Amino acid sequence: MTTLTKQTLSHLDWLESEAIYILREVAGQCSNPVLLFSGGKDSLCILRLAEKAFRPGRFPFPLMHIDTGHNYQEVVDFRDQRAAELGERLIVRSVEDSMKRGTVVLKSPDESRNKHQSVTLLEAIEEFGFDCCIGGARRDEEKARAKERIMSFRDEFGQWDPKNQRPELWNLYNARSHKGENIRAFPISNWTEMDVWQYIEREKLALPSIYFAHQRDVVMRNGSIFPVNVPLAGTETINLPKADEEIINMRVRFRTVGDITCTAPVESDADTVEKIVLETATTTITERGATRLDDQTSDASMEQRKKEGYF
Amino acid sequence: MSKIEKLPEYNAEHNDSLLRFMTCGSVDDGKSTLIGRLLFDTKTILADTLTQITRTSKKRGLDAVDLSLLTDGLQAEREQGITIDVAYRYFSTGTRKYIIADAPGHEQYTRNMVTAASTANLAIILIDARKGVLTQTRRHSYLAHLVGIPHIVVAINKMDLVNYDQGEFERIRADYQAFAERIGLHRAGHNISFIPMSALNGDMIVDRGDTMDWYEGPTLLEFLEAAPPAHSEQDEEFRFPVQFVCRPHASDDPELHDFRGFMGRIESGDISVGDAVTVLPSGLSSKVKAIQIGDEQLPHATTEQSVTLLLEDEIDTSRGDMIVKTGQAPEPVKQITAMVCWLSETPLSPARTYIVRHTTRESKAKVGEIAYKIDVNTLEELPAQALTTNDIARITFKLAQPLMVDSYTKNRATGAFILIDESTNNTVGAGMIQS
Repeated sequence: MTTLTKQTLSHLDWLESEAIYILREVAGQCSNPVLLFSGGKDSLCILRLAEKAFRPGRFPFPLMHIDTGHNYQEVVDFRDQRAAELGERLIVRSVEDSMKRGTVVLKSPDESRNKHQSVTLLEAIEEFGFDCCIGGARRDEEKARAKERIMSFRDEFGQWDPKNQRPELWNLYNARSHKGENIRAFPISNWTEMDVWQYIEREKLALPSIYFAHQRDVVMRNGSIFPVNVPLAGTETINLPKADEEIINMRVRFRTVGDITCTAPVESDADTVEKIVLETATTTITERGATRLDDQTSDASMEQRKKEGYF
Repeated sequence: MSKIEKLPEYNAEHNDSLLRFMTCGSVDDGKSTLIGRLLFDTKTILADTLTQITRTSKKRGLDAVDLSLLTDGLQAEREQGITIDVAYRYFSTGTRKYIIADAPGHEQYTRNMVTAASTANLAIILIDARKGVLTQTRRHSYLAHLVGIPHIVVAINKMDLVNYDQGEFERIRADYQAFAERIGLHRAGHNISFIPMSALNGDMIVDRGDTMDWYEGPTLLEFLEAAPPAHSEQDEEFRFPVQFVCRPHASDDPELHDFRGFMGRIESGDISVGDAVTVLPSGLSSKVKAIQIGDEQLPHATTEQSVTLLLEDEIDTSRGDMIVKTGQAPEPVKQITAMVCWLSETPLSPARTYIVRHTTRESKAKVGEIAYKIDVNTLEELPAQALTTNDIARITFKLAQPLMVDSYTKNRATGAFILIDESTNNTVGAGMIQS
């Protein structure tokens, strides 16, 4: 028998273990953290990681969703259902309330509310006195995120200053903050889109139905597939097509799920997680390139929004 | 009874470990091109990204696609044409996932190199074949050595600009080896390899190309694929810093009434149910009753796994304590001597008190003595009263609370600490314990 029968972890086990470690560091270092949960695939992975990190105890933080009011009903229902199954507290704060308060003012009624989530998030942080928000952002998503810390420091205005971030060495994370300041913690920073789908497959995680291939009315707008005539919870319908646009009924799925007005689906037949994993392995377009209409404005648009307090 | 799905059978099925490595060099050495090439040739770069950098290359009046644009991050950096921070990149070959820490090479960014090195198990040190071993090569090598990276690949790049000449390659290799011997790289057990390449043309990165038939060693990617992962090369003692204690106190579930789970990540070694353990600093001993990940029971757990440990006896244990195997306990110490890299713009002041964060434990610390600082270019030891950004010095600290430490060369997790400035909460220093 040799003494060096070393086992090494598979990459998914390693990523899982790192994320659990980060969640526990947040719980150990912060006095009032919150987990941002949208019902999307990345935050669903984080919920499973939180179960592995803290069960049989309760999560040492509530869940919170910043709702633009323009989210797919399937996702909102899924969000509520998942929080209830876990028996964890879910806080919802909405951009519409910020609009009523006058802290969010849209340039025009049909302006995307996505970037205004920052205002509502900061208001909620102040309301509850949260000192840390856990989020599902990944470094592979976008250039400006490649240099993001696992524990990212935000000043009193929620601003991210790329030139003034704490060095992060070994796994010695520094989540200290003074009153009014805030830490954003990213447990799945080192995951790629592929890792997320492989983890969903391995853990058999349930997802909102719009992640899977389905028929949907869309138009082609600025080279992207744009979903149209999407019903909201009430009687309202948004994303109306323009007069000269031709409506196509296409088989699509969403690679990311966000605000209806700025998240585009991709054409796809993948109606199971296994098929999505395969499709992810062979795709030729990046996740944000395919699906996030708000990132295409300029090379630096994500960086700009992050400086303003965006996740 | 117990499931063992977490153990290597899973590995065997997927055959996919993870390797973290760093790249050191400046833009001039073709570092960004090298990373761009690795990402491009492993098909990590997707069409829309390629379209975007093609467009930018044209806008800048370049003939070919500039792969280095792939790693250009922030707006501020693009404006200045430099890299100011460590960036993390990812690629996967199907057999292995890689995390690249891309550290800028400029002299003023020693702290970024140390940051990138802290999580890396392998370093690629770039040399421009036209220029050979430079001051910065020595600096990068010393820092990789200081931060304990066991595997060093000296990438002799831009071979296309020296006619792929074997003589040039051999000359640079001999130069580097002479230097490595002088600073004790070989003696410290570092494994050093040399690969000639042209990142621009893609020779010896992923594909061999047909320009350097005289070279019979592995390509860079072959080398990466075969490099041992962290913690796999020496026997390490079990170290389990407690992060969080789980006491559910569920009144409706009597089984949970006495549940006390010690949560943390195994920083080194392994542990099995039934093993005798000691909790530090109290020194009280018990046995492992159960090992869990979530609700899954494990008979055994190993390095880098985040688990929950249940002990047979009720021992008062909280965050910052450390569980070790009985008989392998490090002595709690109230004084440490370490090599410290100063990270902050605000100089280290011997008059002030700092917070040392070591594993999950914190202690106040005061500087006892600064023995010397190192000139990272000449490796000379110089006298020092205070430290400024990017200084590296040998310092003794007096601690308010005992820490359970190992020497950094023996254990990178329990031999490392950071220094925090309590007034700003900034991370201002990084330390590697010598004794």
